[in-house]
Amino acid sequence: MQNPKGERQMREINVDVITNVVEKLCIESNYYLPEDVKEALEGAVKKEESSLGKEILLDILNNQEIARRNNVPICQDTGLAVVFLELGQDVRLVGGDLNEAIDEGVRRGYKNGYLRKSSVDDPFMVRKNKGDNTPAIIHTTIVKGDKIKIILAPKGGGSENMSALAMLKPSDGVEGIKKFVLDTVDKAGSNPCPPIIVGIGIGGTIEKTTLIAKKALLRTIGEYNSNPVVANLEKELLEEINNLGIGPQGFGGRMTALAVNIETFPAHIASMPVAINIQCHAARHKEAII
Amino acid sequence: MSKIINTPLTDRKIDNLHAGDRVLLNGIIYTGRDAAHKRLVEMISKGEKLPMALKGQIIYYVGPCPAKPGQVIGSAGPTTSGRMDAYAPILMENGLKGMIGKGLRSQKVVDSIIENNSIYFAAVGGAGALLAETIKEAEVIAFSELGPEAIYRLKVENFPVTVVIDNKGNDLYKIGRELYRRVSE
Repeated sequence: MQNPKGERQMREINVDVITNVVEKLCIESNYYLPEDVKEALEGAVKKEESSLGKEILLDILNNQEIARRNNVPICQDTGLAVVFLELGQDVRLVGGDLNEAIDEGVRRGYKNGYLRKSSVDDPFMVRKNKGDNTPAIIHTTIVKGDKIKIILAPKGGGSENMSALAMLKPSDGVEGIKKFVLDTVDKAGSNPCPPIIVGIGIGGTIEKTTLIAKKALLRTIGEYNSNPVVANLEKELLEEINNLGIGPQGFGGRMTALAVNIETFPAHIASMPVAINIQCHAARHKEAII
Repeated sequence: MSKIINTPLTDRKIDNLHAGDRVLLNGIIYTGRDAAHKRLVEMISKGEKLPMALKGQIIYYVGPCPAKPGQVIGSAGPTTSGRMDAYAPILMENGLKGMIGKGLRSQKVVDSIIENNSIYFAAVGGAGALLAETIKEAEVIAFSELGPEAIYRLKVENFPVTVVIDNKGNDLYKIGRELYRRVSE
């Protein structure tokens, strides 16, 4: 937007609006499973060869239906609140501190939505539950325009704990990447609540690769990377993961993963970092645009 | 077809359960996860009286959501059992017969299950809303300051679980995987 003098005008947004949106997203993301995940689970029922595996998948589908109907959390692990914030550069925030506004939204959402508070105040000393599920894990990027996009992705501990990072050598090549992914999923077995979604970041620096691995989990199931070579690797890895035999809940079967999503980034001449972020079948995320 | 089992467990009931069986549990079970396990084991080592008698009992590894008004309990699915591996054998030596969770157990836990004629069940991870519907009563009996990690006494009706490790040491996670694995190694 420009004013009559030709200067760019800033759109004012009060941070209270952000608090309200974050509160709503915390609750809705935890109650309602995204439609693409539901459809992928329905597809998995048809493909599953194990009868016990089929029963488990039907339980999972039934569970999300109960959650939707009764407006209750799909899973008791309502996660840490991971927030992807895309802030338009023509937005001027007023009325308070942005990060505090997001935390207040999390505080209200987890209280008013009867969600479990899972954050402890320190990671290895007393580990006292903070009681309000803050702080949110906030990833902010500045983008063009005068809007704010907020994606809220609650992340449970069980699948996060099975995630892994490797600083591979460039000479390890695509075979090295595949081996690392298959070993990680095989070792995780039943722990991350399969069927899982596997988010993979390749390239960048240590923090960049883990961040793009997490972002990969937000992709709609059935969509592939726009680079056909990467898309092909996604398909190959999905098939090989589903040949591991782990199956729904690890009881044995074909449907170990619903999707493999890879994001890549340019890397240092010396490096080929690979991050694997594992997501359980309760693949929750919801977005809003202000 | 699921087998129907009433708690507490006995050696005879456990003898009739095998890895892969689907079971509906009825009666009283107790909750406990990381922090509660640490405390229970500390109490045992100090010779203190536990908040519940362990003999024949089942502990469900869960940290439920808070109950909404009108609900008995919030969503209540299993957490990853492996984090309780360090404590589980001591509890089994003190009478615990069953554990409900999800995910892999250590060899030490498997050995203790065989030795103490115990059993490890899995509930469907991520099915917290479905499982909560089978919980008819819930009461915090210890460590309320731990919030979701407190010990609850639950009364369940047809609580669905699958036997993963039976008292012979058969492990569904291994058996199932071998059956469907298509990997040339």
